[in-house]
Formats: sequence, structure tokens, C-alpha cells
Amino acid sequence: MPRLPTDRLKRRWTARGRKDDRPLVIAGKTGGALTLTAVDRKAATLGLVPGKALADSRAMIPDLAVIRANETSDAKLLAGIADWCERYTPLVALDPPHGLFLDVTGVTHLFGGEAAMLAEIRHAITAQGFAVRLALAGTSAAARALSQYADGTIVMPGAEAGAVAGLPVEALGADHSIVHALRRAGLKTIAQLAGRQRHELAARFGSAFVTLLDCTLGKAEAPISPRTPVPDCRAERSFAEPVVTQDVIAATILSLAASLAAVLEKRGEGARRIEACFFRADGQMRRIAIETGQAVRDPKIVERLFREKLAALSDPLDPGFGFDLIRLGASCTQGCQAPATGFDTNASDQDVVFLIDKLAARFGAHRIARFLRQDTHIPEAEFVTVPAQDMPAQKMKDSARDGKIPQRPLRLFARPEPIEVTAEIPAGPPLRFRWRRAQHAVACAEGPERIAMEWWRTQEHQPTRDYYRIEDEDGRRFWLYRDGLYAREMEHPRWYVHGLFA
Amino acid sequence: MEEISRKLAVLRASLVQHGLERPATERIAPLGYPAADICLKGGLARGALHEVFAGAAGHEAAASGFALALAARVLSKHKWLLWIRQDFSALEAGEIYGGGLLELGLDPARVLMLRVPDAEGALRAAGDALDCKGLGAVVIEPWGEPRIFDLVASRRLTLAAGKHNVTAILLRMNVEPAPSAAETRWLIHAAASPPGDEDDWGKPLFDAELARNRHGPLGRWMMEWDCDDRVFKKTHRRVVVAAPADRSAQAALDGARAQG
Repeated sequence: MPRLPTDRLKRRWTARGRKDDRPLVIAGKTGGALTLTAVDRKAATLGLVPGKALADSRAMIPDLAVIRANETSDAKLLAGIADWCERYTPLVALDPPHGLFLDVTGVTHLFGGEAAMLAEIRHAITAQGFAVRLALAGTSAAARALSQYADGTIVMPGAEAGAVAGLPVEALGADHSIVHALRRAGLKTIAQLAGRQRHELAARFGSAFVTLLDCTLGKAEAPISPRTPVPDCRAERSFAEPVVTQDVIAATILSLAASLAAVLEKRGEGARRIEACFFRADGQMRRIAIETGQAVRDPKIVERLFREKLAALSDPLDPGFGFDLIRLGASCTQGCQAPATGFDTNASDQDVVFLIDKLAARFGAHRIARFLRQDTHIPEAEFVTVPAQDMPAQKMKDSARDGKIPQRPLRLFARPEPIEVTAEIPAGPPLRFRWRRAQHAVACAEGPERIAMEWWRTQEHQPTRDYYRIEDEDGRRFWLYRDGLYAREMEHPRWYVHGLFA
Repeated sequence: MEEISRKLAVLRASLVQHGLERPATERIAPLGYPAADICLKGGLARGALHEVFAGAAGHEAAASGFALALAARVLSKHKWLLWIRQDFSALEAGEIYGGGLLELGLDPARVLMLRVPDAEGALRAAGDALDCKGLGAVVIEPWGEPRIFDLVASRRLTLAAGKHNVTAILLRMNVEPAPSAAETRWLIHAAASPPGDEDDWGKPLFDAELARNRHGPLGRWMMEWDCDDRVFKKTHRRVVVAAPADRSAQAALDGARAQG
């Protein structure tokens, strides 16, 4: 897209009803001077090109609209367009600053052939107010070179070398200094370059340049890196008339989930992540994904989870003028027969699994958790909560209890709360303490239970904790600790409340 | 009279047989504390809503322990416990700690924790959870006095709890009791360990007041939770401190008046 920055501004101005007929250029700072980074059509016809100094341009055309370059907005817009392009193929890659690669291998027939597809893309993007140059070739580098200098070319596989032969060396998209050096060496077209020995070029410009050249000539292939992982299987439906109502959207998700389920069932699989893409008629695209603890494929479950998710969105799904394409993609597929997590396979445990998924869809996966016991003595690390969806089955060690008094509190503060303590001797148990502005007189105390921090895990020194079980005169039971050994580790160790016993 | 009660028993049995009523073992979970079980007509009703209030500020942990103990009583084998708590509650009263669950005799491996940002979320999640057959009990722990937990909400929770026999336990902290449709309401204070052996203190001991009971008299007892057998019992030693002693009869009288 040769005029992405100026098109972006023009679109915004049109939306706001601002009129400005002057030629528009975007200026950015390069090496201490302001130079043009993009020009609109009018400015281009007046002879302005990107790279020209702003002062020169102003001298040529005094009545010029100049806007500061905003790379962030441009990148955001490009990402938005890339999202939109996913309606053609799931393999969309960015080619910064203003280009996109679409890998259309095997999908062109869905749009009536290569030429028809190119025409459709051109029509759709132009309709949104963007200038666009397109080319289709066997390799991404060749397609890029052609799109810049021979708009609309479709190259048959194997014919790349001939197609790009006449293009200037700038078309390679190599570094500015390389292009400059090539020009000085008298190599003006790609054909001239293709005739040179590869080792000469590699010695002068580096092997990366040789690879680029080979890719452009169609002799080597460089895969594009798609922006989003490709789902394992997907189903989509496009609408002649954009849909707006919740009911239709829900019904569509249900029927798409059913067709996904048919595919997954043949493979004996279910999906742990299902992503819905809503393509708006005006070019925006929204992705919403649900994740489950166990592989699922039942369309009803999928639809209900989506309903939960859509209802819980803080930024609700806005259909605008309606969605013209809805797609469901399943990823993280895995065998569905064996239970994915370790719950006993009876019906009521399946209910719990579904409840977990439902609550995770509504509140977020990190909010529904299970306890995981770890092999450590640090109290807060011994039992941690982990998202229930990711949790494998775990047998808790059933410690033989035989009438012992609980040594660990029922409620534990994530952040131990500092207290003021009066003790008979500095190394002894507290006599009374002040917590949350209330005095507590100690009736019973037991301790210390000394817990040393794990020095082999961290570099910095962490003080040893002396824990005391305390009961105050009202019968409230606390778990206090002294942070550091008196006189040996520090002069005045501080005290904390770490937990509360039942 | 004997004739009638025999007939009643036969009728009850046929109701159970035809699936119109759940058998008594499924309906009622005895607490193990005789005086309380008599007041409750055999034990705590499953598939109903029970309220546990922290009797005063600072007694949140005791109330949590008591709620957990009730849940442990109603929880049958292979069933899960879901604990829904509001974020603010963890700041004020602390997180539920897995080690503490284990110490009180509950297997943390069958406990699910749900952290919700607000009371509305807690109520909605509770509605969904009570609809899940795999759960045995749901503890709902909002903080303070959210307006959403009103009479209507308690009625709705009661109905939802009855559907699949999942017991709902509403743990309220930092709030005064208000009218509700709950089956029972308990006011919990932590009770001081009785003096005696210097090394044998700190068992979970509750000063539990049954402040509402839809089908029987009220009472107030010193209940000790036995972490090994997972039942309530009378504390072994005599209580000599000035803590509220066993005065169920008087409390029952007061309660009957209050209820009337």
C-alpha cells in the first residue's frame, strides 16, 4: 500500500468532514533533517517523492499540507488491514512498513481464480479509501518487487526470473546503502544482477542479500511468518446481508460449531481452544476465543461457552453495520476419547469440568483455581492455586493426623501484615501485639517453628522466620512470625501476622 | 398413635421409592453434636441455604472455619466443594490456604476456588454452581453488605440448592444479619481454648449460636471440630472461663420468641 499514511489521514478527515485540497505529504526526521516519508496522489503528480527533503519540497510547492509521521498509528492500521485480510487466507504476514503478504496457495479457486481474487481484493481495499498495488507470484520477495513496479502482475510458477528481470535494483527492497553501491557499480536492473556470480555478490553485500536475490528470482523460497497461528480446522459462513442481531450470531456459532464437530469427530479429536473471528462489513475484525480444560467438540457446549464469553466482555462485541463473515477455528486439538484431565470419568465430574470452563469463560481462566501442593517448606509456596483448567490430577498426601492440633492456618494473607509486638525477651514469644489498630493480649503461645528461606533459590539473603501459634484472650488464633533471628541476623527483627486459624 | 406413625413411615418410604423425595440420608447430614442435631431435627439439611455470620469483627477466620466444617459435613464422597470469594474479602480476612484445609480434615484436591471481583459476580456464579450435579457444597463469601444479597436472592439460592441437592453456605463477614429465606443461620465467635494442659490448646473451637432455624428451636453451644473424624463434638474439658457457656434451653426460649 504505497500511500498508507496519507490515506489514513484522508480517511479520518473525510469522516470528520474536514476538507483540504492541498497536496498532502508526511514528513519524518531522518538523520537530522525532515524528509518526506509519504506523499498523496496529488503531491506525487507534482513531482514529490518520498525521500525528498521537506525544505526542497516547500520550495517547489509553497502551498503544501505537511503532517508529522506517526509510525505507531500506521502500524496499527496495517495490523487492522491484516486482520481483515484473514477473510481470504489464514496466512497473512506483515511486511513493514506498508505492505502485507497473503499466502493464497490453494485458496484462489474459492474466489474464482487468481485474477478474480486479485480484482476482488483490489476492489475491496480501494473501496475503503486505500491505494493498493498487488502482485501474485511464487515467492513473497518476487511478489513484493512486482507489486511496486508492475502492479497487477500474476506470475506463473517458475517464471519469476523473467518477470522481474526488467525491474530496477530498488525493487529488491534491499538496504539503501546496497542499492546505492549497486548503482555505482553500474548494475541497474535485476537482470544485470542475476548474471553476476553469487560469490562475488556475497563477498561484497553479504549472504542475506544473495538469498533475497534468489527469492526474488524464484530460485529460493523464504516462508512468510503468519501473524496468528493457523487453526487446525475451521468453519466459516459469509452473509450476503450483514447480520446484526444476537440471535443470528448465536445461531451461526451453533451451526459452525456443528460443522467443526463433524470434522473433529472424524478425527476422533476435540479442541481446547476455539476462536471466533467476526469480520465487520466496514473492515474491522474482532477475535474472541474460549479455552477449555478438556478437549470439547459438542456444539451446544461450544455455543454456551461463547454466550458466556460474549456476555462477560468488558468491551462488548459491536456489530457496527453488521458482520458479513463469521469464522470459527479450532486449535490445540487433541484426542477426545481419553479424559484430558485426571477427573474420574463419571457423569457428575464431567459436570464439574463443564462448570469450570463456564466460569473460566465468564471470569477469566486465572480466577477459577485449584490447589497445587509443592515440595517446599515456605508456607505460601507449599500450597499455591493454579488455574483449574490447566491442573493435572494430583493426589494430596494424606498426612496421618491422629488428633494433632492444626499447625497451619485456614486463612493466609498474601502479603503478611506488619504488627507491633511486645515480648518479654527479644527472642521469645510475644506478650501482646497491635494489629490493625487493635491490641491483642496473648493468652497462649506456641513456638517458635523455625522456617529458613531457601538460600539455594535466590541470591539475596532472606531472613529466617520464627513462627508462633498464638491465641488471644478472646479465643482468636493467629499465626505470627518474626522476620529474622534476633541479634544473629538483625538488630530489631520485625513481626508479621501471616495467617488466621479457625 | 403408633398406627399413624407407622403409616407415615410407610408413606415416606413409598415417596422415596417413587423418587418423589430423597431418602433421609441424602437429605440430612448430622453434625455429630447431639444437642444441635436435636434442634435441627436430625442434622443439617442438604440442598438448602445456610448462613454463617462472623459474630464480630476479628472473628472472620472462625466463621470461615465453621462454614468449612458445615461443608465438610454435607459433602459426600466424590463430590466437590466450590468456594466463591470476593476479591476484597481476601485482603481483609486472608486467602483460603490449602494447608489449612488439609489440617481441618478436608482434601484440597477436591476443592475449587473461584475469585470474583464483586458481589454480583459471586451471586451469578453461585446460581450456576448450584446447578452442577458434581458439587456437594458451595460456599459463597461476599464481603460487607452488598445490596444484591437480599431476601429475593436468598430465596433464589434456596430453590437452586434444592434442585440438585447441592448445599449452599453463605459466609457473611462485616455485616449485620438481615431477613432471609435461609434454612439456618449461625453466629460464630472464636472460643478461647479451655485452660488445662499447656500443650493441648488451639483446636478449632467455636462459640456457635443458632440464630435462625426454620424447623425447630434455637440454641447456643461450644462446638469443637474434630479434624480427624470430621464431626463436631463437645470439648473434652470443662469450660471454666467466662466465655458463653452451654445455654441451649434459654436460647431456645429466646429464639422462639424472636421467631414468633
